Amino acid sequence: MSLIGRPVRRTEDRVLLTTGGTYVDDVVVPGALELVFVRSTVAHGRLRGVDTAAARRAPGVVAVFTAADVDLPPLPPEAGVLNQKMTTPLLADDVVRFVGEPVAAVVATGRAEAVDAAALVTVDVDPLPPLVDPHEALTDALVLHPDAGTNMVLKLGFRRPAGRAELHEGAEVVIRQRMTNQRVAPGPLEARAGLAEWGPDGLRYRAGSQAVHLWRAQLAAALGEPEDRVRVVNGDVGGAFGSKAFASREDVLLAWAARRLDRPVRWAETRSESMVAAGHGRAQQQSAELGGTRDGRIVSYALDVVQDAGAYPRIGSILPFWTRTMLTGPYRIDRARFSSASVTTTTTPVVSYRGAGQPEAVAALERMIDRYAAEIGLDPAEVRRRNLLPPESFPVTTLTRARYDNGDYPAALERVLAEADYPALRAEQSARRARGDVCQLGVGLSTFVELTGADTRSEYASARIQPDGRVTVHSGTCPHGQGHGTAWAMLAADVLGVPVERVDVVFSDTGAVPAGGGTGGSRSLQTGGMAVREAALALVERGRDAAAARLGVPAGTVEFTGGRFRAASGVDVGWADLAGGDGLSAEATFQPSAATCPYGAHLAVVEVDVETGRVTLLRVVAVDDAGVLLNPLLAEGQVHGGLAQGAGQALVEEVRFAPDGTPLHGDLHRYAMVGAAELPSFDTVAMQTPTPVNPLGAKGLGESGAVGLPPAVQNAVVDAVRHLGVRHVDMPLTAERVWSAIRAATA
Amino acid sequence: MTIDTRPGAATVTVTVTVNGRPQRREVPARTLLVHLIREELALTGATVGCDTSSCGACTVLLDGRSAKSCTLLAAQADGAEIGTVEGLADGDRLHPVQEAFREHHALQCGFCTPGMVLAAVSLLAEHPGPLTEQEVRHGLKGNLCRCTGYHNIVRAVLAVDAARHAG
Amino acid sequence: MIPAHLRYHRAGDLTEALRLRREHGDLLRPLAGGQSLLPALKLRRDAVDTLLDLGRLTELSYVAARGDHLAIGALTRYHLLLADPLVARHAPILATAAASVGDPQVRHAGTVGGALAQADPAADLPTALVALAATAVLTSVDGARLVPVAELAVAPGVTVCRPDELLTEVRVPLPGPRRWSYRTFARPALEWSLVAVAVADGRVALAGMDRTIRRATAVETALAEGASATAAAAYADRDCEPADDVRGSADYRRHLSRVLVARALADAVEERR
Repeated sequence: MSLIGRPVRRTEDRVLLTTGGTYVDDVVVPGALELVFVRSTVAHGRLRGVDTAAARRAPGVVAVFTAADVDLPPLPPEAGVLNQKMTTPLLADDVVRFVGEPVAAVVATGRAEAVDAAALVTVDVDPLPPLVDPHEALTDALVLHPDAGTNMVLKLGFRRPAGRAELHEGAEVVIRQRMTNQRVAPGPLEARAGLAEWGPDGLRYRAGSQAVHLWRAQLAAALGEPEDRVRVVNGDVGGAFGSKAFASREDVLLAWAARRLDRPVRWAETRSESMVAAGHGRAQQQSAELGGTRDGRIVSYALDVVQDAGAYPRIGSILPFWTRTMLTGPYRIDRARFSSASVTTTTTPVVSYRGAGQPEAVAALERMIDRYAAEIGLDPAEVRRRNLLPPESFPVTTLTRARYDNGDYPAALERVLAEADYPALRAEQSARRARGDVCQLGVGLSTFVELTGADTRSEYASARIQPDGRVTVHSGTCPHGQGHGTAWAMLAADVLGVPVERVDVVFSDTGAVPAGGGTGGSRSLQTGGMAVREAALALVERGRDAAAARLGVPAGTVEFTGGRFRAASGVDVGWADLAGGDGLSAEATFQPSAATCPYGAHLAVVEVDVETGRVTLLRVVAVDDAGVLLNPLLAEGQVHGGLAQGAGQALVEEVRFAPDGTPLHGDLHRYAMVGAAELPSFDTVAMQTPTPVNPLGAKGLGESGAVGLPPAVQNAVVDAVRHLGVRHVDMPLTAERVWSAIRAATA
Repeated sequence: MTIDTRPGAATVTVTVTVNGRPQRREVPARTLLVHLIREELALTGATVGCDTSSCGACTVLLDGRSAKSCTLLAAQADGAEIGTVEGLADGDRLHPVQEAFREHHALQCGFCTPGMVLAAVSLLAEHPGPLTEQEVRHGLKGNLCRCTGYHNIVRAVLAVDAARHAG
Repeated sequence: MIPAHLRYHRAGDLTEALRLRREHGDLLRPLAGGQSLLPALKLRRDAVDTLLDLGRLTELSYVAARGDHLAIGALTRYHLLLADPLVARHAPILATAAASVGDPQVRHAGTVGGALAQADPAADLPTALVALAATAVLTSVDGARLVPVAELAVAPGVTVCRPDELLTEVRVPLPGPRRWSYRTFARPALEWSLVAVAVADGRVALAGMDRTIRRATAVETALAEGASATAAAAYADRDCEPADDVRGSADYRRHLSRVLVARALADAVEERR
């Protein structure tokens, strides 16, 4: 019986539950030094001096570094299309550009000593004007990177029909809405950390990385070392959610400091440091227009985005590209426009976060559909029903050149409505409205499609039979909670006919795995998993050849079943018999032909206390189709996590800066990270339409909750108070914001 | 010359029983319990996820009750019984809460897991039950998890509660 | 994440603690549960010379009915209030307020005296104590003096407790209130109340509405004069100067106080015994 589709319990869990994992800060390296950064407390200013004298004299201090000590060039932006003149020094040199920017690094024999000494470093800054509002940054009145001559990092556009044709031609109704897809903190429970050790073979960097091979390339380039002298290794990684996709300036500085001092050096970021320096997600100001007919047919859609890049362009600056790609969502829309401008501000750089540009597209469009439905007096479910791409239309290439593989979008919508008993919810809502209850009910929908594995990079895997008959799989993915150890073992075991427990999986080590693309963008199963499967299939053929030789029969006559190779005579051999001295192995590189497109329909039910504005999320129903599920238990876990983060963004989470650039969210006393008490249990429904894109039929699903749920919650909240005249409330839907909207509407 | 008559000292001797084993260490007075456990006793199950006593990743049992070991000086725990995740299983047999976490896939990256498990152990010990979902959710307010969405954690704790009432 | 160097002394008994307070005053910072002080020390937003750990003064952990008052030792931890039979009988509002504090870990460690000594204008338990017209006992080697809990705090983090004194007990007048209610409004996923209201008979206490927890005297007067709960609640924010900050605007706090007072008064009526 195939293992595919079985809820196999994780092989990772026993260790994590009994002794805990091995994260960077758990590794004991005798003689390792500890590095602590001194960070700017000023958003923008000219650095006049950094006085390190007192810190250098402090007990246990080995070195204090400032920009003057660093003999490495600044780092280029994380993508070639971004403005290359906006480089990032490892430590701020003549200008500081955000609160939290590293200005100096203290290295000491212990962390406490390093923290003590860091407090003795004084930084002398001549303040320059802050630049917090990205719309203001667009004017270039104040330019943050003078060499670039502009704050513009990346500009994108799109229009169909081309030229000056009227976008909304044929529309009877046009809705316009400005909205904010607010900045949030990815917030992996393990903040960033690294441990750099140099030896005869070069650097060994213990990281918490989403992509060790990419980090190797980055670190090698930044340090001026050949790649074969850099080894990047993860232990356990305490979450990432996109925020650890790239090595950051701190990682490079750490490796540099270890080389300079010729001692192992560790850095483990504190949470407060992480909140201002590790990078944020989202951060789009959006302006949307939607045109349609009175009977609910969407005609046209336009979205203009100002993407806050933060002080230095990181990967977040490029995310409007994905917002543009997913512009028209799961709907048939024939006319569309898009523009985006990614601009620098004196704030924390923006990085990728669960969904990375796609949640922003979905949030805007789904909110506009509800605005439109309200305007024409049609149920929002009905508007979606009338515009979703029909199942017979696949494959679909959208106006913005997204290619959707397959699915049944209307079925997902009908499923979520049925599961939630939508008519009953509407009846309950009407009853509460009629009674004038203090707590009003709101129901919100979101129908969405995502591109996963969208970069279509290849992935590596190998499978080896060890002399004892155990199987070792090497994979280029870098899990950080997803359970690849279990999932890849299932895939290999399924092909090789061995028990899951007999498969060991090795990943996240450039010294052990020759190539890899890492884990992000929901790519792992559809690329890495497929590579494991192909490597295992290739290994079966090697095994068949070896068995044929051993049995003295032609390979073509050897049958492989249940983990044994059988000749026509009935004589058979098993894997352990064939492993030989060096074992038997095979490699595979899986090149995906296209992205896959999971889709779904999410529904949120909220209660809004109209006197205080308080929102209570009562219910979440999530229908997701991510194709064939390898392990439904793990799949469901991914959906849950995404839903919680989606609900967190919708309800409570928000990074804010004061007008002078001071962070107002700088620790977990001020940044509300969603907890168990704010969430309901989730009703999840899995549809499984196999994608034709890969042999397993699997699509990515790590991001769907964060992509699909926020607008469902937001639509639900607006729906709850719509009868009071409220048309829109920005995220997060805090009580005060909802109360203000009600007050404004009823004033 | 003035004579320092202040009471106390900058270094303290801390004697604790950790997972049933007596331990004695001399540490700077400022040492937090979590650092004593992680660095002096080399038990790294308890992790540090924040610096504001918000995340609960460092949760241990102090005389049987959940405590954030980052919000206690090691000196304050002198004389106490401390339980960490490393002491929970009985040999190869997982504690029922550990077993339920495994069975219900209540952990992903694992960073919050030791603290979450101990918070659950304490919650179950304090409340005879049967527990409602809301009681479990509020009982885990001191612990953040960024991976699981809490759904399966809540399910695991409810399953342990149900099992003890069935059995 | 690591406090600056400090000295530590654990008081063996109250007599020693009071003697040391007299001899060294503010050089010694009393440490009870440490749930507010330790985070501040870790983030280096506060600094101390020497911590005087009161955590083992078990003689100060008790709840006792003493004729005209219910006495609660300053070192009584929150979680003990949740299940205490005397609290349940005479002042159940304290259990309700204690249940609103932080999370289980904080309730296991935090103490009644620590909560009062922090003079946090939005703290739950002190709000209930103000509504109960409770008295704090401040003890020094010279003896004890009684200060109404409502007058204990003078500003955020500042109390009338002198450097040679320790807060040793809280006294709740008996009989306890016939009608009571506790309502708190916190931002989800953040630990503190934005605004909280405690009602005990005719007394109404407000948290989060000024620099200290205070009585809503205008509401109390209106009620005494026979105003309806709804009408009286409209005076909730009178004379208050709530903060205007990232957690909530002053306008919103004012509005919340009126809504919460109205609801708390309604609850209190419903719970009449």
